[in-house]
Amino acid sequence: MISLFKERRQKLTLFKSSRQKNIQHRISVPEGLYTRCPGCKQDFISEQVAANYYVCPGCGYHMRLTAQGRIKLIADKGSMRELNAGLITRENLDFPGYSEKLASLEAQTGLKEAVVTGVCSIDGISTVIGVMDSRFLMGSMGSVVGEKITRAVEYATKRRLPIVIFTASGGARMQEGIISLMQMAKTSNALARHSQAGLLYISVMTHPTTGGVTASFASLGDIILAEPGALIGFAGPRVIEQTIRQKLPEGFQRAEFLLEHGFLDMIVERQNLKSTLGSLLRLHSPSAILNRKKGGG
Amino acid sequence: MPLKEAEDQIRLLDERLSKTEDREERQAILDEKNRILKDAYENLTSYDRVYLARKPTRPGVRDYIKNIFSEFYELHGDRLMRDDPAVIGGIASLDGIAVTVIGHCKGKNLEENIKCNFGMPNPEGYRKALRLMKQAEKFNRPIITFIDTPGAYPGIESEEHGQGEAIARNLLEMGSLQVPIISIVIGEGGSGGALAMSVADRIWMLENAVYSILSPEGFASILWKDASRAREAAELMKLTSFDLYQMGIADRLFAEPKGGLNQNSRSIYQRLKTALKAELEQLAKLNKRTLIEQRYKKYRRIGDCSPK
Repeated sequence: MISLFKERRQKLTLFKSSRQKNIQHRISVPEGLYTRCPGCKQDFISEQVAANYYVCPGCGYHMRLTAQGRIKLIADKGSMRELNAGLITRENLDFPGYSEKLASLEAQTGLKEAVVTGVCSIDGISTVIGVMDSRFLMGSMGSVVGEKITRAVEYATKRRLPIVIFTASGGARMQEGIISLMQMAKTSNALARHSQAGLLYISVMTHPTTGGVTASFASLGDIILAEPGALIGFAGPRVIEQTIRQKLPEGFQRAEFLLEHGFLDMIVERQNLKSTLGSLLRLHSPSAILNRKKGGG
Repeated sequence: MPLKEAEDQIRLLDERLSKTEDREERQAILDEKNRILKDAYENLTSYDRVYLARKPTRPGVRDYIKNIFSEFYELHGDRLMRDDPAVIGGIASLDGIAVTVIGHCKGKNLEENIKCNFGMPNPEGYRKALRLMKQAEKFNRPIITFIDTPGAYPGIESEEHGQGEAIARNLLEMGSLQVPIISIVIGEGGSGGALAMSVADRIWMLENAVYSILSPEGFASILWKDASRAREAAELMKLTSFDLYQMGIADRLFAEPKGGLNQNSRSIYQRLKTALKAELEQLAKLNKRTLIEQRYKKYRRIGDCSPK
C-alpha cells in the first residue's frame, strides 16, 4: 500500500519537473539565444552567460545584474524576506511625465523602485541587504530609495544586524529635485547611528555607482568592495570631460583605479562574492570576537 | 522680460541719459527706466533668482564674516594634503561668543575666482571643513556655515582624491556633531557640494539664494540633453528660497532689497547677527542628545513615502 503511494508521488514529481523544464525552455527563447558581451563584443549562449551569473565566459566582463539576480546570487536559498516593498513616490516636484515614467518602468521591470531591501541570511548569517537595480531610472535615488535604505539601516540598528548594500546608480534622482538631494543626508545619518552601535556595514559597489550615491551611503562602508571594472565616481566622465576639456585617461574611475587610490578595500569577482561576504560577516559575528575583561582600568 | 535683459536695457538708457540735456527727454528716459525696473522686480522668475544668486556684485562669505563677527582668525589646511582656497574657515567671535565659521569662497573677479576655483571645492576643502567642525565640537563652539557654491569640482584630481568619499564623510559626521550648526545659504546652494557643508540644525536662506540638486544648466542637459533650456528647468526645479521654505527644508528666510543684495547692502549683516545670537541662545538650551535627535528627525522626515 505504502509503496503504491510512493510510486505515485515519484511519477507526480517527474511530471512536474518536466513541465517546469518546458516552461523554462519557452521563456528562454524570446530573450534571445545569444548574449553579446559589452566587453569583448563576442556572442555567447544566453543560458551559459546566465549560469555564469552574467560574467562573460570569454573575457570575464561583469554584466549588470538585476536586483533579483543579485539576491539569488547572495542570499541563502529561500531566506530573503523583503522589507517595505509597498513604499511609493509622492509627487514632490510635479515633474511632467514622472508618474507615467514610474508606472511604465514598473510594468517593464516588475520593480516598484530602484532598490529592493530586506533581511536574509548569507552563509547562515542573518543580514539586512539593500540591492539597487540600474534598470529603474538608472538606479537613481529619489524619496523612495532614500527612505527604503534609511529604513533598512534603522531596522539593522534596532535588531543589531550587519547590513550589506549593493549599489548601482546614476546618483540622486533629478525628477524629485532637492528632496532627492536630502536623501543623501538622511541615509548617511542613519548609517552613523548603525556605526555608533558598533555594527558592520559592507558596501559593494557595482557598475555603475556615481553621483549622490557615491557621495553618500556607498562610500561609508566599514569595508568597501567592488566588482571588477565597475565605474565608480562622483562626477560622471562626460561632465568631467566637458569641464576640463580634455580626454580622460584609460581606466579612469574604474574599480581598479579606486583601489589604487585608496578608496576601496578589495575588488571581488562575482563568483567569489558570496563566499567573501560570508567570511567577512562571520569574522564580525559575536562568536568571533575576542572576549575581554569587562570594565575600565 | 528676464531680469538680465532688463538690466541691459537700463544700462543703455543710462547711456542715453548721460548724453542729453533736454529736460523732457530726460524725464521720458527716467520714466521708462522706472517702468522696466518695476516690471522686472515685480515679476521675478526662478531663473531671475538664479541670476541674482550668482551675481558677482553680491556679498560673499568674506563680507559676511567681516561684518557679522569680530576677531576672525582664518585657519588653513586639511592636515592630509593641502589647503583648498574654495573653502574658508576659522574661529571668530559673535559678540563675545566663540564660534567656528566656515563657508564657500567665490571670487569677485576673474583673478580671485581662478584662485578659489569659482567656489567649487575639491575633497581637501570638505576635509578642511570637517577638521574645523571637529575642532569646534572639541571646544564646544557652535558652527555657522555660509553656503555659496556652484557645486563640488568635477575634475581628474578631485576624483583621484575621493570627492564622493569626502562629501559622504561630512554628511555622516555632521549629523552627529554635538554642537549647534546653523547654515545660511547666501547665494548658490549647488548640489552635494552645498549639502556637504549644510547638514544643520537650522537652514536659513536669503531671499534670492537658491538651493538645488544641480545647476539648472546641468539639470536641463541631463534630462533634455540641452543646457540652453536652463530657464525652463529652473521653473520646474523648485529651487527658490520660497520653494524650500514651503517644502520645510529652509527654516527661515531673510528679505533682500529690490534687485538683490549688492556691496552697499548693510542691513542684512545686522539682521543676520541678531538672528544668529537669538537662535544660538535657543539651541544652547537643548542638551546634546536632544540637539542631535532633533537634527536627525529634521532630515528623517524629508521625502516621506509611506503608502497613503
